[in-house]
Amino acid sequence: MRKLLLLFIVLVTGVIFAGRLFYLQIYDDSFQRLSEDNAVKIVYDYPQRGYIFDRNGNLLVSNQPSYDVMVIPKDVKALDTLEFCRLLNIEKEDFVSIMKKAWVYSPRLPSPVIPQLTKSEYASLSEKMYKYDGFYIQKRSLRDYQVNHSANVLGNISEVNERIIKRNPYYQMGELIGVGGVEQQYETILRGKKGVKYIQKDKFNRDIGPYKQKKFDTLPDRGKDITLTIDAVLQQYGEELMINKRGGIVALEPSTGEILALVAAPNFDPALLVGRERSKNFTKLYYDTIAKPLFDRVLQGEYPPGSPFKALTSLIGLQEGVIDTEERISCRGGYNYGGKKPLGCHAHRSPLAMVDGIANSCNSYFATVYRRTIDKYATPQEGIDNWRNHLTSFGLGNYLGYDLPVGKKGLIPTSDYYNRYYQYPKYKWYTPATISNSIGQGEVLMTPIQMANFTATIANRGHYYRPHIIKRIGGVDTIPSEYRIKHETTINKEHFGPVIDGLFGVYEDPHGTAHRVRVPGIEICGKTGTAENYTKIDGERVQLTDHSVFVAFAPRDNPKIAITVFVENGYWGSRWAAPIASLMIEKYIKGTISRTDLETKVLNGSLEEEYAKPHSGEPFTINQ
Amino acid sequence: MNTYTRYVKFDWITILLYVLLVGFGWVNIYSASLDNTATSFFDFTQVYAKQLLWIGLSIALVVFILAIDSKFYERFSSIIYLVSLLALVGLFVFGKNINGATSWYAIGSATLQPSEFAKAATALALGKYISDIQTNMKEFGHQLRAFLIIAIPALIIIPQPDPGSALVYAAFIFPMYREGLHFVFLLLGFFAAALFVGTLLLGVPGMAIAIVLTALLIYFFKRRKRKTRWAPYAIAIATCIGFTLSVNYVFNNVFEQRHRDRFNIVLGIEDDSKGIGYNTNQSEIAIGSGGWTGKGWTQGTQTKGNFVPAQQTDYIFTTVGEEWGFVGAMVVVILFVFLIIRLLFLAERQKSQFSRVYGYSVAAILFIHFAVNIGMVTGLLPTVGIPLPFFSYGGSGLWGFTILLFIFVRLDGSNYYYT
Repeated sequence: MRKLLLLFIVLVTGVIFAGRLFYLQIYDDSFQRLSEDNAVKIVYDYPQRGYIFDRNGNLLVSNQPSYDVMVIPKDVKALDTLEFCRLLNIEKEDFVSIMKKAWVYSPRLPSPVIPQLTKSEYASLSEKMYKYDGFYIQKRSLRDYQVNHSANVLGNISEVNERIIKRNPYYQMGELIGVGGVEQQYETILRGKKGVKYIQKDKFNRDIGPYKQKKFDTLPDRGKDITLTIDAVLQQYGEELMINKRGGIVALEPSTGEILALVAAPNFDPALLVGRERSKNFTKLYYDTIAKPLFDRVLQGEYPPGSPFKALTSLIGLQEGVIDTEERISCRGGYNYGGKKPLGCHAHRSPLAMVDGIANSCNSYFATVYRRTIDKYATPQEGIDNWRNHLTSFGLGNYLGYDLPVGKKGLIPTSDYYNRYYQYPKYKWYTPATISNSIGQGEVLMTPIQMANFTATIANRGHYYRPHIIKRIGGVDTIPSEYRIKHETTINKEHFGPVIDGLFGVYEDPHGTAHRVRVPGIEICGKTGTAENYTKIDGERVQLTDHSVFVAFAPRDNPKIAITVFVENGYWGSRWAAPIASLMIEKYIKGTISRTDLETKVLNGSLEEEYAKPHSGEPFTINQ
Repeated sequence: MNTYTRYVKFDWITILLYVLLVGFGWVNIYSASLDNTATSFFDFTQVYAKQLLWIGLSIALVVFILAIDSKFYERFSSIIYLVSLLALVGLFVFGKNINGATSWYAIGSATLQPSEFAKAATALALGKYISDIQTNMKEFGHQLRAFLIIAIPALIIIPQPDPGSALVYAAFIFPMYREGLHFVFLLLGFFAAALFVGTLLLGVPGMAIAIVLTALLIYFFKRRKRKTRWAPYAIAIATCIGFTLSVNYVFNNVFEQRHRDRFNIVLGIEDDSKGIGYNTNQSEIAIGSGGWTGKGWTQGTQTKGNFVPAQQTDYIFTTVGEEWGFVGAMVVVILFVFLIIRLLFLAERQKSQFSRVYGYSVAAILFIHFAVNIGMVTGLLPTVGIPLPFFSYGGSGLWGFTILLFIFVRLDGSNYYYT
């Protein structure tokens, strides 16, 4: 016993140490992380964000230097808070809450205190920063907008939030990310890749040289410049024309699918979302729930297309062989399909064949064609699905697949849709129940860019390229191959001729709905639309003034531009949308505007009164 | 002379363990002290180069110790003991103050710490006294004298102040126990420590309740079997509570704040990783970040950043833990356990009582250093500034342990002489 006691104690001590070491070194890995945190500092080297150019090489977006006040909370020593707040020009409560947030994020990693100082603020502050341990000024680069338009196309730059950091470990607190538009879509290309430097620190938090001979360090990759398909002149002109109106303009180049202009109205100056005023301005835009300037109407707005849809009804009718170009169909002020009241029509000559039917936009004609198309099949279900099949080949009823981060599917109803709606087979439904589809009302919904795409498809006589906004990346034509695939429709080429004739007649026929806005010297084909629409006021369905819609392409042969103009509550398609479309086409093809009277009228026209009506709380009249 | 040398046989296992520990120790001192100021490898302003010099001189010292007749150590033990006591006392007059402790003699630019050598001297003196034919460790007077031999150097060292080095003298309780000291002394020591920690954790009232409850429990448990007198229990309770009160008094009035802090941190009463607990916290981080195989020699980020204080001396084990990982740290632990067990084994086979007591003393001193130092750096024990034998940087320490160990190697080598 006396001999063995110390031996026993030594062995027990050895076992205890083995256990403790196992716990510290193997079992509990929190020490591993702590060690990295406290001995190695990570410094990021942010590359310049790529520039953005328009199709003609005009610079749209570049960079400007900006200075952020950053803090590493654990290094902060006692300081005169009041004096410091005065220096930073912020309230003490704000300062306290900023510091609390920084502590919560990480005591050892930098967090922003005041982002984006102006140059003069920086100058006065930089001299005094040495007095405040733990605070420093970091130079960053901010967007510098060379244009005051295209905010919806370009998107903007925002600080990453916790959700993004959690989802994408590339980003750290206080870093920037593209939000919306091409900034978001081409984020990884524009931003490049940040470089990382690991720096060994000592216990006083001083840098004592690179960590492990820079073995883990990486150099930054500069962001690549991108060239957009946007024509800055056309885009700016479009935004000017849409002032005091709501809606949008989409212009495509039919031969390539390139987006020439993507105007959403109302719009705002992209520079509003840069610098210290950013969050104030953003809040203002975000909470404008009436005009919704952040809502991209051309990509996200789902509207009934109205009469332009008649071109598609004609094409499907011809393809299905239920009508030919010669047959005349009479109209007695409407189409009686057995409902309570007939599908109304306006006054025009009667009977009309296809070309004049399109030019005069006769509802009865298209209702007849649509009904024959559906009733060609044994059941309306088969008929609807076959009809839908033709439409989806135009890129309708689903996401179009363009390279912008937002979008909507629109709606081309399936037979299932009606079966569910009418509770088939408990109740049966027949073609007349869907008759409004024939004239682009009823269930059919499209986004303006989808409308522009089907217009481009007609202009191409039966095929389209997926709309896209990227033209070159880093100065090289390396756009994704999916934008070079030719999408054919289910309609035979020969059927497009008569329909295009009809669309041409809309301008050239003296009775055509757009006859008054012809452009001398350019052969335009187009179609007006006046789309009924409804809203809810206090839970009640209320009809508002019709949307003014116009689709067009020009010139008739070898078309260079296909355009959709959508003006919310603008009433007749010929009142607002058709003049705007003709001005856009003239601007793009000729470069100058000859019809200055029309231009002035559109530029000065305002629909604000119309938009105020549903919010006035008083009864109002529509379609004046 | 021919027959004499034939019987001298040194224990090569012990020597090998010594070489491994000193060698691996230097490798880690090199890493811990590495910075960019060195002009050449043999730049003697550098810590690792100085240590290399101490190691070289140790070899000469070893040769010298082994060359002397083993009888010398027994015969002159009293004189060696007295000289070392004088050296310790002399510190109060001639000592040099480093980091608040007057534990060093300055000889030119070098310093010498006599307390490192006093351990060996005390072990010799204790061996001499116990092995005296007159001495009986079961007699109170003899026990008292043995305790005095140990207590005198310890009491001189405490006010220098260097309570850590003084604590090491508790190691001598093991050889004394081996030579016949009653088990009660060990038990008392253990109880005192338990009451001490208990008082700090529970406070005086809590501890008093715990003591009374425990005593009552034992009392009634025993009374169920046969009638038990209550008086001894009452005395035991009174003594324990008295001790508790005195602990409370000593802790709050005699201890300095830094001592109190060290205990409070280990006992988890305070958690202040930025201030007082910084040492322990940083050393745990350094060791813990090593993982299985460590970050590689001279690659430790904590070591390079000098986060751990006194990393070349008392905290050298953190470098082992960080750069060599669990594997390297366990190698060191196993080497120490092997060495101590080997020494115990050798001590048991000694023919002379003097050698046995001395061998036991060496094993016990190494054990206390090993247990307290590694216990401290791994956060199991309060911060007590004592070095890890053979590992920590410092000439006096290395020489002190070398002398301590090799006198025993010399004694063991002559073991056969007596047959």
